[in-house]
Amino acid sequence: MTPASDPVTATSLPIGSDADLAWVRHQVRRFAAELGFGLVQQTKLVTAASELARNTLIHGGGGEALITPVTDAPARGLRLSFSDTGPGIRDVELATTDGYTTGGGLGLGLSGARRLVDEFTIDTTPGEGTVVTLVAWVTGVPAARPGSG
Amino acid sequence: MTFPTPFPGSLAAVPVLVLGDTLLVSLQGELHDGVAEQLQQDIAHRVAHSEATGVVIDVSGVDIVDSFLGRVIAEIAANARLLAARTVLCGMGPAVAITLAELGLTLPGVVTALDVDRAFELLRQDASTAAPGEAAGCT
Amino acid sequence: MTEWCRSWRDGLFQWEMMRVSEQATAESVARELGAFLERRREQIAQRWADAPLFRTVFTVSRDEAVEAGKAVVDALADVASTGRLENVAAPGFDSAREQLGRMAASRARSGYSPAQIADEAADLRTATADLLHGEAQDPSGDETRDVLLALTVLMGTLRLVIMETTIGAGEELIARQRQQLLEVATPVISLWEGIVAVPMIGTLDSARSQMVMESLLEAIVEQRARYAILDITGVPTVDSLVAQHLMKTVAAARLMGAECVVSGIRPAIAQTIVHLGIDLGSVVTRGSLADALAYALTRQGIEVSRRAAGVNPR
Repeated sequence: MTPASDPVTATSLPIGSDADLAWVRHQVRRFAAELGFGLVQQTKLVTAASELARNTLIHGGGGEALITPVTDAPARGLRLSFSDTGPGIRDVELATTDGYTTGGGLGLGLSGARRLVDEFTIDTTPGEGTVVTLVAWVTGVPAARPGSG
Repeated sequence: MTFPTPFPGSLAAVPVLVLGDTLLVSLQGELHDGVAEQLQQDIAHRVAHSEATGVVIDVSGVDIVDSFLGRVIAEIAANARLLAARTVLCGMGPAVAITLAELGLTLPGVVTALDVDRAFELLRQDASTAAPGEAAGCT
Repeated sequence: MTEWCRSWRDGLFQWEMMRVSEQATAESVARELGAFLERRREQIAQRWADAPLFRTVFTVSRDEAVEAGKAVVDALADVASTGRLENVAAPGFDSAREQLGRMAASRARSGYSPAQIADEAADLRTATADLLHGEAQDPSGDETRDVLLALTVLMGTLRLVIMETTIGAGEELIARQRQQLLEVATPVISLWEGIVAVPMIGTLDSARSQMVMESLLEAIVEQRARYAILDITGVPTVDSLVAQHLMKTVAAARLMGAECVVSGIRPAIAQTIVHLGIDLGSVVTRGSLADALAYALTRQGIEVSRRAAGVNPR
């Protein structure tokens, strides 16, 4: 079943400056908290967003972030999309090599960010632009029904 | 070099406190990329032109540490070391620590401590034992 | 246009009209069913209150059972008015899902399976059908038969909704228990001032690893620990994935100023690690928890010595 997204509460944010990065982090945090993500998950999500938003700004020449709550009943989640019309990524394989680096790592930070979320896709065309999409689902214990368990 | 104008309510720069021969840097909340680089330069300048032999970076007030901030911290420590000063990173919370570990950003060249008290304790110990190359808490 | 074309076109047109009129009939039947449900909600709810599903759940007050019944009838009437009687996801059911979920959970606790609970819902259909039959002007006529059929479809959908909510409740219970199990299996023990230990038991998968990290790091904050002993005596095998989980935990603890010691490395495990070429970096390892504790104590400048013979304990 394809997850349903809620176009009404989806939010688009411009990424054109350092200040925009801070705002993206702030908004992602807000959405994540509202959806019920735990603190560790929130931190991972905001950190991943920070990495990708910075990529969009620095490597993509600016672009936009799209924040969309999604559901795949009963699961709730958040989809983040970072798009730009920049040079694109020439070697996606290399950029997302899943190696456990210790402090170094490529400047793109993609392989790391991927480990912080549940779903991660890159859509890129050299010379045209890039869209990186990630989805995180709220994990953790659902509240007990009244009077049960 | 110009820096972006901060939005209302944010600090233009990060305050650096001088406590004896140690510089205490308490990072708070949002840290704009431009401000972070300015901080790096500020610390290097102070270490080079003062009696400071230690730098404590307290991140207890920071919500997230991403690869950029991680690199800034690593570079502050590297710069300090070149200028014969020691750096201790402290105040990291469980959520941020887990995220960094997952990211693979382990900051191997940076000495760490639980909080500011421990950080100062560490700097005092190391100063008195003066054992080069050995650093408690560092692998 | 040729004669042949014209009759073909007319035939298509007629078929379309027939489809449309069939649909219109189905919709009007559904609406009639909805009207019946609204008209007779009190009587239906009264009958349902005596059915096993309601009676065994609302043991204290029959009025409560009737109220609950009315809520469900309202939901059914709402769904009937949309004309799509077989739609399990119909928003009309939403208002009743909470109610049905509670009832199903209650029956489940009494040991009934989702299928059994769904069968109890079948009783509700019979009671409703009887009422419908009773008030029909032409009990054996086509119209009555159509509405009864519609009722059967709608009640069938209700059965599915009940089964869904029961299974959902079961899944929630399992998820909660799994979480509780994880928490129980990863206690963090304070061995000495500034030294904590985590006995890791069972396979170290991603979920458990997360749990260990969170519990351990919180304990490091609470106990202001400088040393954390990760005892893997209870971990059956160490492959590169398990090693990765361990290394992440070590890295996270270090970022918080605590040094990890991995203890409980059995000879077989040591061989596996070497054989697989796993690099544990500079992590200190010890064969036993006792040795790991000794290491941590020594690092803190604490010496443990035997009391001179003949001196009595305090």
